[in-house]
Amino acid sequence: MTELLQDISLFPLLLTLATYQLGLWCQKKTRSPLCNPLLIATALSIAVLLLTDFDLQLYQTRSGWITWLLTPATVSLAVPLYGQLKAFKNQIGAILVGVAAGTVTSLFFIGVLCGVWQLDTALTVSLLPKSITTAIGVVLSEQNGGIPALTSAAIVITGILGNLVGSFACKILRITDPIAQGVGLGTASHVIGTSRATEIDPLAGAVSSLSLVIAGILTSVLFPLVLLLR
Amino acid sequence: MKYITQLLYILLFSGLGELLERVIPLPIPAAIYGLVLLLIALATGILKTAQVQDAANWLISVMPVLYVPICVKILEYWGVISQNAAAIITIIVVSTFLVLGVSGLVTQWLIKRGKRK
Repeated sequence: MTELLQDISLFPLLLTLATYQLGLWCQKKTRSPLCNPLLIATALSIAVLLLTDFDLQLYQTRSGWITWLLTPATVSLAVPLYGQLKAFKNQIGAILVGVAAGTVTSLFFIGVLCGVWQLDTALTVSLLPKSITTAIGVVLSEQNGGIPALTSAAIVITGILGNLVGSFACKILRITDPIAQGVGLGTASHVIGTSRATEIDPLAGAVSSLSLVIAGILTSVLFPLVLLLR
Repeated sequence: MKYITQLLYILLFSGLGELLERVIPLPIPAAIYGLVLLLIALATGILKTAQVQDAANWLISVMPVLYVPICVKILEYWGVISQNAAAIITIIVVSTFLVLGVSGLVTQWLIKRGKRK
């Protein structure tokens, strides 16, 4: 059985698409942000690989090219970003300062908290980019000696958290302006938070997706500085 | 054919980004350089949105699927992660709330101040 599966060179891709499809189906059925397709696909893929005793090294080499598509996908974010920059020309100052404040807060507090818990450099570097979009966060983690898998998991958990408690947090903090809500959700919990922002108000959703790209760019620019300060 | 031309443009900017990553000695991902270059090209009109839009939207829509193999690697690090699980979860929860609050409140304050003027 194991050998048979290992003979199918496209098996890792098939497994990825099939488990992701199941994840999408679960999300559609339950409409719960807890049923995140990426989390479900990861858990199911791991289960199948362990149950079939599949060679993990082989899985990684054969699925590596999927990861390679991340760079062009991230570059593509420039297209919606350009449209949003034009649409929010008048509020761009407030949005930029808000995102910058959030990004600095994120890097500073994660750095401090990691120090308090005495986590090693690899874990700290993995957690620092956890509020930004996976495409950028994972690369930052990898380039600086972090664990990309942990970064990726932390990013998804952050997103789900933002999605679940986003509206509640805005309410108790009295963030009522849709633009401010979008900046908060996009800066703190990237794409998954953005889907909540879109539900609150379409305007908040658009600002949120603008904010998450700006937060990603800012984080990568500030990252070398943060590493120097440590 | 439309997709091939559009993909060509996007890959071109990705390639330029990778070159810059090599040349500039900063730990900034190649994709960020590519993103900023593409943004400049769109803003200056060197490239029209319609010339890259379809391929870009497709790539963005499949992005989450691309993370599955990365996430699966968590298996290899399970030991070190489960040992520090409490710290990791606390850090994630606390920082998410802080970032949402700070960025949202700062933006709201600036917008209100702008309206008063």
